[in-house]
Amino acid sequence: MSHEHEHHHHHHDDDDVQEHRAHDAPLTDVELRVRALESLLVDKGLVDPKALDALIDTYETKVGPRNGARVVAHAWVDPDYKRRLLEDGTAAVAEFGFVGRQSEKLVVVENTPAVHNVVVCTLCSCYPWAVLGLPPVWYKSAPYRARAVIDPRGVLQELGVEVPQTAEVRVWDSTAEIRYMVLPERPPGTEKLGEEELAALVTRDAMIGVATVAAPAGGTRR
Amino acid sequence: MNGAHDLGGMHGFGPVEIEKDEPVFHHDWEARTFALTMAAGFLGKWNIDMGRHARELMPPAEYLATSYYEHWLFGLEKLLADFGMVRPGEAERPQRDPGATAAPPPAGLRALQAEDVETALRRSRTSKADEDVPPRFTVGDRVLTKNIHPLGHTRLPRYARGRRGVVALDHGVWVFPDAAGNGLGRKPQHCYSVRFTARELWGETAPARDVVHVDLWDDHLEKA
Repeated sequence: MSHEHEHHHHHHDDDDVQEHRAHDAPLTDVELRVRALESLLVDKGLVDPKALDALIDTYETKVGPRNGARVVAHAWVDPDYKRRLLEDGTAAVAEFGFVGRQSEKLVVVENTPAVHNVVVCTLCSCYPWAVLGLPPVWYKSAPYRARAVIDPRGVLQELGVEVPQTAEVRVWDSTAEIRYMVLPERPPGTEKLGEEELAALVTRDAMIGVATVAAPAGGTRR
Repeated sequence: MNGAHDLGGMHGFGPVEIEKDEPVFHHDWEARTFALTMAAGFLGKWNIDMGRHARELMPPAEYLATSYYEHWLFGLEKLLADFGMVRPGEAERPQRDPGATAAPPPAGLRALQAEDVETALRRSRTSKADEDVPPRFTVGDRVLTKNIHPLGHTRLPRYARGRRGVVALDHGVWVFPDAAGNGLGRKPQHCYSVRFTARELWGETAPARDVVHVDLWDDHLEKA
């Protein structure tokens, strides 16, 4: 499918002036298809455009990886919460109000020096929306879905995570409605950081298992 | 079905490329496709497994050449056509008059309203089953996955068929997608996390310590 903008040619005397119509470029085929479908479903009373706006707003501004980062930071500072989180992830994240779509049952798996967990969905794009929001493109793409199960160490190495041969790489293929989130290792030198400062260090990729959490620059002196 | 969606273990797709500061949606049409799919799903005409299967039915060459939300758009168009909600060519008419009022929804259907979105997402419970079905396996049991190649929907990936593993977790009773996704009812049964060694799946050159966990149902498994 072509996504190129059309070029419009205007003849001015002897000159050919080619104009890029960046702002009023014609819509691509896929844009036209989506617009036509929305318009039709609204006409039929099957869809309310304001509900579409609300759905989009939810995942653009309200539900995202900051949710999961708060959970991780809390588990790092509260051993009792960490125990509950690893025993029953669904109930433990519900304490923060994180429940619902694509997180009906959440299993939280802990990264340690002995075990490195990685989450994938080889068949589609299953992902714990309530704690991480919608998945990034790379998670849904063929390279990750193909390689995460057959060559997880290769993928991790390319992304800068070296798992020693003495440790186990444990891949979780999300083939059911159970969703997985990784509890990453707390970086050294963060003992004096508060929960909010810790949450700010936690990345989406660390909670999928393809990154580790780095200590902040100068963090050891805090 | 042995479609292009079943990617685990394939070679040749190149490196995993992570985009820095990636937006949730890259184009407005992606956001609208996401929301249309969700809103149409809440009408309750099809289940989540039928939704996944509709995307799997995209021809393999097309599936691999298109982006994620193009898969979603294909699936949504297919479901709307299959359930008789949109007739062929119906969407390709002139744009609606901006002043036009929407028709009432067909009998028995209620369009998701903006004020219901938060509650609908929070209460979403697509596949957990309440039935008290006894498990066929317990944690620690050795199992052999079936070697099946159904034409319809299955959540048993090709790379894990005919393989020996160990039941690691019992997730409780869930709708069976291999039935529900093919319109054959819910068939509630236990779903387990089954642990396979990397060597069982990929041969003796795989790292000795590594494992892959796959979520599978009673009907995917036999005693080993």
